[in-house]
Amino acid sequence: MERKFDEELNNLKEKMMQMATLAEESITLAVRSLKERNEDYAQQVFRGEETINLLDIEIDNLGMQLFALRQPMASDLRLITATMRIAVELERIGDMAVNIAERSLELLKQPPLKPLIDIPRMAEIAQQMVKDAIDAFVNKNDELARSVCGRDDEVDDLNEQIFRELLTYMMQDPKTIEIAVELILVGRHLERIADHATNIGEDVIYFVKGKTIKHHFEV
Amino acid sequence: MIPEAKIEAKKLDFYYGHKKALNGISMVAPKNKVTALIGPSGCGKSTFIRTLNRMNDVIPGTRVEGQIIIDGVDIYSQRIDVVELRRRIGMVFQKPNPFPKSIFDNIAYGLRINGIKAKNKIEEIVEKSLQEAALWDEVKDRLRENAFSLSGGQQQRLCIARSVAVEPEVILYDEPCSAIDPIATAKIEDLIQKQREKYTVVIVTHNMQQAARVSDYTAFLMLGELIEYGETPKLFTNPENKLTEDYITGRFG
Repeated sequence: MERKFDEELNNLKEKMMQMATLAEESITLAVRSLKERNEDYAQQVFRGEETINLLDIEIDNLGMQLFALRQPMASDLRLITATMRIAVELERIGDMAVNIAERSLELLKQPPLKPLIDIPRMAEIAQQMVKDAIDAFVNKNDELARSVCGRDDEVDDLNEQIFRELLTYMMQDPKTIEIAVELILVGRHLERIADHATNIGEDVIYFVKGKTIKHHFEV
Repeated sequence: MIPEAKIEAKKLDFYYGHKKALNGISMVAPKNKVTALIGPSGCGKSTFIRTLNRMNDVIPGTRVEGQIIIDGVDIYSQRIDVVELRRRIGMVFQKPNPFPKSIFDNIAYGLRINGIKAKNKIEEIVEKSLQEAALWDEVKDRLRENAFSLSGGQQQRLCIARSVAVEPEVILYDEPCSAIDPIATAKIEDLIQKQREKYTVVIVTHNMQQAARVSDYTAFLMLGELIEYGETPKLFTNPENKLTEDYITGRFG
């Protein structure tokens, strides 16, 4: 039976998915700005973040309103809770993309250190994690959500690798330090994005199964 | 897990004539806990709560099979004194039903028929019971007035005071708030939550949020069957059964 309440829940979900699309795009744009040394892409990230923030506030208000007015229970309760938590993660992902775009603008002032290979790879995995986590939410697929959580280690390893490589550049030539530090930070931001995607995966499992697996805690 | 049972239903069937109203209900009401019964109209929740103090006995043509065990004793066995059983297991109904007497006498009546004669002892228990029902401050200066001069919410608390005066072990509530306003409802819900320290409480309610607010355990009944029973927080956040899920989220009613 379709309830009036379902319309309101769908509205909440749609806002969250809109936010997710923007967050994914901003990861792509930020890294493309970096790779192609293009300022426009970075500016697009900044503009996108404003919309993400607005959606975050809207989702927060709508969620609170549904709690107060509908006293949701069971899967309705878990849906609203999970959506509000996911929105927090997406907002942070948006912030990370902005940080990467800012690093990109700094790096534009300097000649390129080396062709970027691992960073775009890392970005691709992190972005796919966000996408899969949201798909898992939409399709109530807890297996896919679990696979997102499993991919976090891959990103951590790549981040380590990037760090070690850049360290060798800095040791060989102190003039590269400024650029290398910027790139290390980019790696760090991408690693954080993957962490947020993992959190989304955990929220999806909570939504689908009613189980908490946060902090390696299985109920 | 589920703590010590005060009341246990074992494969309980109940018939109104040929119509089977309860079908094989097995569940417990744990001691010093609040157990809520929820379910759509006609699911048998009121029938079930009335089996716990044999209130259904007065309805002609009814029949019970299975057992209700209270403190290890089957209350449907021959040697049970039903009047004494109903003293131990008090009940508050949907509509406040004070006696057409003074506020004071509404409570004193039960004491007198239970053999308490001393005037000061009766006064003491009347005050204590009204305090316990959070009504004392509102009525202490008008104890001789007729109980019908009270508001609906006050009358219901008077009925609660009347039930606790005879020191029951269990209190049964059959939709105690359905005829009273939200403020009075909040007072009664607060009372019920405090009562678990002294009594075992079983409550039937149409209001799911009320079950969620006041109870420790919830049983969901449908068409005379127990569909799901469990800890209230679990049942309302992550029910096991699809029927429970559909009912508490309002997908059917």
